[in-house]
Amino acid sequence: MLQITQVNKSYENHRALTDVDLFVPKGVIFGLLGPNGAGKTTLIRIVNQIIEQDSGTVELDGRTLSPNDIRKIGYLPEERGLYKKMKVWDQLIYFSRLKGLSENEAKVQIKNWLEKLDVVSWKDKKIEDLSKGMAQKIQFIATVVHRPTLLILDEPFSGFDPVNAEIIKNEILELKEKGTTVILSTHRMESVELLCDHVAMINRSRKILDGTIREVKRSFRPEVFKISLNYLKRDIPMEWTPKFSDDVWKFTLPLAGKTPNQLLSEMMEFGEVLSFREQIPSIEEIFIHQVQASTHE
Amino acid sequence: MSKIFLVIQREYLARVKKKSFLIATLLTPLIFPAIMGIFVWIAMQEKENQSLRIIEVIDETNLFFMESSEQYAFTSSVNDLDAAKKMVKEGGRYGFLHIPKLDLTDPKGIQFYGLENPSMSLMSYLESALKRKIEDQKLFDKGIDPKILKDIRTTVSIKSITLGEKGEEKINDATVNYALGFVSGILIYIFIFVYGNQIMQGVIEEKSTRIVEILVSSLKPFQLMMGKIVGIGAVGLTQFLIWVVLIGTLSSVVMGVMGLQMPQQQALELANPELAQNVPDSGELANILQVMGGIDFITLVSSFIVYFLGGYLLYGALFAAIGSAVDSPSDAQQFMLPVTIPLIVAYLGLFVFVLQDPTSSVSFWLSIVPLTSPIAMMGRISYGVPFWELALSLTLLIGGFLLTTWFAGKIYRIGILMHGTKPSYKTMWKWLKSS
Repeated sequence: MLQITQVNKSYENHRALTDVDLFVPKGVIFGLLGPNGAGKTTLIRIVNQIIEQDSGTVELDGRTLSPNDIRKIGYLPEERGLYKKMKVWDQLIYFSRLKGLSENEAKVQIKNWLEKLDVVSWKDKKIEDLSKGMAQKIQFIATVVHRPTLLILDEPFSGFDPVNAEIIKNEILELKEKGTTVILSTHRMESVELLCDHVAMINRSRKILDGTIREVKRSFRPEVFKISLNYLKRDIPMEWTPKFSDDVWKFTLPLAGKTPNQLLSEMMEFGEVLSFREQIPSIEEIFIHQVQASTHE
Repeated sequence: MSKIFLVIQREYLARVKKKSFLIATLLTPLIFPAIMGIFVWIAMQEKENQSLRIIEVIDETNLFFMESSEQYAFTSSVNDLDAAKKMVKEGGRYGFLHIPKLDLTDPKGIQFYGLENPSMSLMSYLESALKRKIEDQKLFDKGIDPKILKDIRTTVSIKSITLGEKGEEKINDATVNYALGFVSGILIYIFIFVYGNQIMQGVIEEKSTRIVEILVSSLKPFQLMMGKIVGIGAVGLTQFLIWVVLIGTLSSVVMGVMGLQMPQQQALELANPELAQNVPDSGELANILQVMGGIDFITLVSSFIVYFLGGYLLYGALFAAIGSAVDSPSDAQQFMLPVTIPLIVAYLGLFVFVLQDPTSSVSFWLSIVPLTSPIAMMGRISYGVPFWELALSLTLLIGGFLLTTWFAGKIYRIGILMHGTKPSYKTMWKWLKSS
């Protein structure tokens, strides 16, 4: 779907992107993570053809990005806005026509979306008369109304109350079901784990991590197991620092070269195994760890 | 291309649909006639309410007989100064004029006494009346018959006629030409400022509300900038054309009410010189109408439109560049100076040089240099400008706006995506150089 190869971009006094390679497969939700100033916005702007890379290529569906691709992309910037004095309907018509829809097509699509998000009654209101959350919904419609095949959402949930955030989340999932590829740039790790199939991390202009959620988690698992026992047959060595509460002993142990089964059968000799679970890091933990590691290099 | 059109359409409709546009467009042409009307009305009221002011004349020379006017009646008096002062204080007289024994070769010591400051018009009336009397007296003393004096007195007004290239003759009037140059020059000045500012405000709005990020993901920044400039320019043009139609209709109606022919018809008659010469001089108004008929309104209006567009595009691009570089209108102030100065130079030049002497070399240069020509040339148009000068001025103007647009496009492209940094001329220069 989207293939970014060796892209570099530098501004007057700093490098925004260094040799970035990225492949976004079709039909996935792709999480683009990174601290502020890492280069995410620059990368997104390059894909949107707002700015041009210094070197490297960006290909969409196997062809170098061209102005004709504008129609295929829907973009919700992190900092967003609408014309305050313009009516919702006129505004949506304007944005969808700028994306290349014909007037009739735009009307049909806008009507559908207004109905879908249950906001038909707002169509003659001016944006300045809407609440922030309401305006965000309109903004979301403006982003997807031209049926883009690639949707780029920069912090899509900021500014939404939990109810509306849930609605938008479901819309994103539904679009994915229909085959839309979504790039989600966010700091909210919990939404990344819930939504994304694939993540890439950028720090200080470089990509530091890339892969499916499963791959990433697996490659960063510390190979440590959480174990709880009761009815001890033997004493637990004190260096395992076990904790005792409610008749249960709890501690963690690294595999240390053994297979999980070997470790488990070892444990069975100590007593009754109540639980035996691998400690899997959250994306957030990986993110923080990786950013710190790459920053201190 | 169609995207530019969409932007133009939005910018145009968003402004034309506003109530404030409608009000400004319909009311402005009425403001000047209304103000004039109010003044005339007040003056007429004053005349009606005014009782005749009686002025006592104490003439120690016994030479002056002051003729009474509509407002002032003069009575010769035998009172002495103190008695006359008392009369004025008691309100019996508006004031009194004291003419002491005079040396006619050097008349000094004439005084006017009154309770309030006399108006300029009264003073000049008195002065000119006395001057005439003294001159008459001097001539009489040299032995010239008063009857001859009366015969000598004549009023002259010169009708100026320009010979056209094709042999046609146009009746001119310096005052009317001055007024036309003045009004059209000022209008261009105001239009550039008002609509240039609208461009700047619009760009700042899109930038500060971050709409621009979505817009530039759909079209090129240059398309966006040009769409905005052209759209707002079309609003200005619409307003101007509505004014032309409104003023044309209004003045026709006014002329009609006054029982005179419409200026257009007058112009038709004047196109035929024989007819024009047969038109008898029927007073001041007819004279003005004749002069109006002699003016080539089509040239005037069309050059207004051309210079408005040229000047507007030239400055509009600069206003757009400023708007793109800053985060808020208050930050824009510091960059306004380089744009404002040439406009003010043109504005002052219009009064100090162009309208005083349209053919002087300063006037020539002001109307050739693109930054000042839209305003300065309008001051010259009604006096007639050689074709080659017009062509040169317009060519340079077009070149000028292509240059400023190119320049502004480069700054705009980078500026609209920059937030939170206060730009300086230095950073703008860097944006300009970066490709």
